Amino acid sequence: MNINATLIGQMVAFFIFIFLTRSYVWPPIIAAMAERTKRIADGLHAADRAEKDLELAQQKAVEQLTSAKKEAAVIIDQANKRAIEIVEEAKEKARIEGDRLKASAQAEIEQATSRAKEELRSKVVVLALVGAEKILGSSIDKNAHNELVNKLAAEL
Amino acid sequence: MSAAEHSESLTSSQYINHHLTNLTYGQFADGHWGFAASGAEAKQMGFWAINVDTMGWSIFLAALFFFIFRSVAKKITSDAPTGLQNLVEAVVEFIDDNVKGMFPYKNSMIAPLALTIMVWVFFMNAMDLLAVDLLPQIAKYIGVSLGANPHEVFFKVVPSTDPNITLGTAAAVFILIVVFSLREKGIVGFAKELCLHPFSSKNIFIQALAIVPNFILEFVNLIAKPVSLGLRLFGNLYAGEVIFILIAIMCGVNLFLGIFGISLHVLWALFHILIIALQAFIFTVLTIVYMSMAHQTDEEH
Repeated sequence: MNINATLIGQMVAFFIFIFLTRSYVWPPIIAAMAERTKRIADGLHAADRAEKDLELAQQKAVEQLTSAKKEAAVIIDQANKRAIEIVEEAKEKARIEGDRLKASAQAEIEQATSRAKEELRSKVVVLALVGAEKILGSSIDKNAHNELVNKLAAEL
Repeated sequence: MSAAEHSESLTSSQYINHHLTNLTYGQFADGHWGFAASGAEAKQMGFWAINVDTMGWSIFLAALFFFIFRSVAKKITSDAPTGLQNLVEAVVEFIDDNVKGMFPYKNSMIAPLALTIMVWVFFMNAMDLLAVDLLPQIAKYIGVSLGANPHEVFFKVVPSTDPNITLGTAAAVFILIVVFSLREKGIVGFAKELCLHPFSSKNIFIQALAIVPNFILEFVNLIAKPVSLGLRLFGNLYAGEVIFILIAIMCGVNLFLGIFGISLHVLWALFHILIIALQAFIFTVLTIVYMSMAHQTDEEH
């Protein structure tokens, strides 16, 4: 319990340890803590930025989606129109072709009819002559009555 | 319980005295150097003697503090901290917050100073929680094996129950107060602070008359800082130590008092944890405040 040189010893030790703490302990710890604070702050900022970026990206995506939908609608419209056009064209072509076929068939029928008529006519002439010969009992001069028979045949 | 052992060979007052005497190394009256065999001999050695036990523990604990904090500081990372780094960072941040709050000036010395004081004083106080006879008993066996008389091996393990240690720390703080006052205010500014307050007047004659009482008041005020700082810590820890010693004596009387004493010991130790941390904190905060006052160049009070 006496005051003695321990007092001075403690003072000296105290100054030495303050110096040691100041030189070797305090600066690295405080620096590391400040760095961590900064990193956390940076991280939070980055997170904020990322959130904004995400929002922007989402907006952009929505915009692009909308425009793509519009474009698609336009394309579908055009395609529909074109399809209708093609159908119409095909119908027109089919109609024309049908008409053509009908016309040619009719021509053929007409041809056949006239051909048959001719045939009939010639056969009628022959039959008429044969009939007339039989009725008259004599032959008819083919040349003398040719004009008359032809006139008859033309009337048929 | 070693207290029981003691009370057989020692009276209670001898036991208490033994526990409150430092192991002092110094020069005897006849000129040779050695360890004092009693408190009276230690007194005769005068100023140039050293309390080997408290001084040794004090330096050992400061070295322990430095070793722990330095080992963390060496491999500190700014990534997620683990283990000991968490604890050290919590302490450092606590000190940093307190210094930033109370010390608005620029001085890279104050925070390390506060950290050193806080942890060191805490460690010194915490020695009080070891059983009062544990380390002294070990020291006694070692001392006896080295040829010393068992009643002459004194060993105080709590450095802050030695006024030399607490007043030494306070005196170091006082030196820093004076140094920083002189550095921040200059000799004239510091002298003015001591002489022109608290009584001041615009009339120069009255002011000249007030110098002497001002100086007496301010000087007492200045000296009171380290004295109160050191004695407060000493008083609290010394009282705590004495109570631990008294409880230890009670444990040695008989079984009933022993059980009562042990429960008292637990209670007092729990309460003492608060005192240990509180006194370390008070010492630190007052040091920061005194440093702040030393840096205050504002003349108004």
